[in-house]
Amino acid sequence: MGEHVQYAQQAINAIQLGSIYALIALGYSMVYGVLTMINFAHGDLFMLGAFACLLIVALIPFQLPFVVVLLLVMIVIGLSGALIERLAYRPLRNAPRVSAIITALGCGLLIENTTLSLSPYARPMPQLFTSTSYHFAGLTISSLQIMIIGISIVLMVALDLFIRRTKYGMAMRAISFDSRTVPLLGIPVNRVISITFFVGAALGGAAGMLYGIAYPIVTANMGVLIGWKAFVAAVIGGIGSIRGAVLGGFILGGVEVLSVAFLPSTYRDLIAYSLLLVILIFLPNGILGKPPVQKV
Amino acid sequence: MTKFFSLAGVSLTLAMLAGCGDSTPSAKIGLNVELTGEMPAVGASAKNAAELYAEQVNAAGGLDVGGQKFPIKLVIADNAAKADQASAVAQRLIAQDNVLAMVGPNASSCAIPASSIAEALKCPMISPWSTNPKTTLNADGNGSKQYVFRACFTDTFQARVLAKFVMNNLKAKTAAVLYDVASEAPNGQANLFRETFEKDGGKVVSFETYTTGDRDFSAQLTKIKAANPDVIFLPAYYNDAPLIAQQARRLGITVPFVGSDAWSSPEIIKLGGADIEGSYFCNHYSTDIATPVAQKFMADYQAKYNQAPDDVAALTYDAMGFLGQAIKDAGKLDRQAVRDALSKIAKFDGVTGSLQFQPGSGDPIKSAVILQIKDGKFVWVANGAP
Repeated sequence: MGEHVQYAQQAINAIQLGSIYALIALGYSMVYGVLTMINFAHGDLFMLGAFACLLIVALIPFQLPFVVVLLLVMIVIGLSGALIERLAYRPLRNAPRVSAIITALGCGLLIENTTLSLSPYARPMPQLFTSTSYHFAGLTISSLQIMIIGISIVLMVALDLFIRRTKYGMAMRAISFDSRTVPLLGIPVNRVISITFFVGAALGGAAGMLYGIAYPIVTANMGVLIGWKAFVAAVIGGIGSIRGAVLGGFILGGVEVLSVAFLPSTYRDLIAYSLLLVILIFLPNGILGKPPVQKV
Repeated sequence: MTKFFSLAGVSLTLAMLAGCGDSTPSAKIGLNVELTGEMPAVGASAKNAAELYAEQVNAAGGLDVGGQKFPIKLVIADNAAKADQASAVAQRLIAQDNVLAMVGPNASSCAIPASSIAEALKCPMISPWSTNPKTTLNADGNGSKQYVFRACFTDTFQARVLAKFVMNNLKAKTAAVLYDVASEAPNGQANLFRETFEKDGGKVVSFETYTTGDRDFSAQLTKIKAANPDVIFLPAYYNDAPLIAQQARRLGITVPFVGSDAWSSPEIIKLGGADIEGSYFCNHYSTDIATPVAQKFMADYQAKYNQAPDDVAALTYDAMGFLGQAIKDAGKLDRQAVRDALSKIAKFDGVTGSLQFQPGSGDPIKSAVILQIKDGKFVWVANGAP
């Protein structure tokens, strides 16, 4: 394999990994944008996405098309996210930030361990998508990789349109701009926040299902490591910024893959996270983040 | 305030009462196994085999210790395949539950810290499946631990068997290695394989790593593909190897995979499917060439649990048998006596073959087998004699 071909191959790997991180990071940024709170249960919602896919395929006796299953998973996990917000975070809306964060961590642990007690064994993901590998010019791309990158881009563009072109999107941006004045303008804050959680969780669930299809072994703790990495990605891109989350996801995916490509793979995590640390030193609010404004 | 004190008093009394529940004298054996986490199939096999052994012994009246018969009582605890939990469990079993001896952990990452605790607290420990040499060696590298034994061969032997198989049977001159740098057994196996393979004249063209919990190996596999090896050595546990195999095949890598005994759970076939078909790995015993003793064990296990025993089950059964023999030889339910009896046994014939111990060493000299995954089953291919 020639040098250039190898780099091109690694670039494809980086984009695939980056798009999954980006989808999850979006969930963190959206919730932070409207509530200034990190939803640490998000990684476990990602894991539930993969399990939801397993359950849906197991429970429905006939073969559903892939896109239908994806939409069902997104709806189910979206509703779960909104439910968690209603039960665990809304009562703490006016409590100190720390309490909400600890509750989020607790929710995540609850989801993780309940799933673990119900399914301690790793489960294979059902074959929803038969992947064909295309070889050209020494490169190998599988239709699976193309599908994951494609669906991620579609979802991200759809989210961007939702935030910028719809009334609820505008309401979300208004709440993240100034949460105290918004209710005075007649905007149903609770409903908008529920929708924010729904959308963020739906994206996380979609990412979980895509991840489960790409790496078809589903375990109860698969969301933990990915959740933390996606959180780091969201912070790098600028927590609270939607475009920042996407950027951060691709940067993290790229750094992880390229540090393995050029250096001994044992140093991957060291290099990747040192680089991110350096970025944060120079840009403390992330690349596209804005410093919190103190309004008088 | 008084409400608090009365509540505290009641709970304390209940706790104390719960503590002194069991008063019938028995041979308490602790089981430190991986019931949840990265490899629950391993812990389940060990638990099943230990319970089968205890049931068989207790049905015959119990272990004959110094003229009196004592039933075996198993105290089973989960280490979740994590090193810190394995240490905590070992501490609890030895210091609080007062077990006579401890069987397990299986994963080397767990067995190594647990063995330090067993050695410090002077409690005999037998690991059925841990192959990393460090489990029975002292932490400073000088000499072997006194209280720790194992029922399986070590990675030093396994690396030799695998390197010879790869060179002679698969006729491979170059190999690539991909392993979990954060896990003791794969780490040891990868390094020992490279050492042995290169000493025999082979060349390791790519030596890549990942960390426990990683799912995406495309970057490492792209590098491996570029290095063009004849064979890929994957000393990973049964939950990682299928993913690596699948991603490698998707990238267009066609060379055979070779694994270590970490592959040995039948779960690997369920999780790996067509991508893992045709791969080879080293194992502790094969159902294809079973001795009469092994066949009886397999029949009993199948009858009780409705599945064939894997190597973890067979080794745990042997570990329990070895321990049971030592308890009988010791003549009393005392840790030091049991430990001395364990070190005096030169040869123990078990389900996985004959365990021969050199004086002063807790590592048995045993044979290995090379198996191939063919048509969704483990098929015997070759033997690896010491």
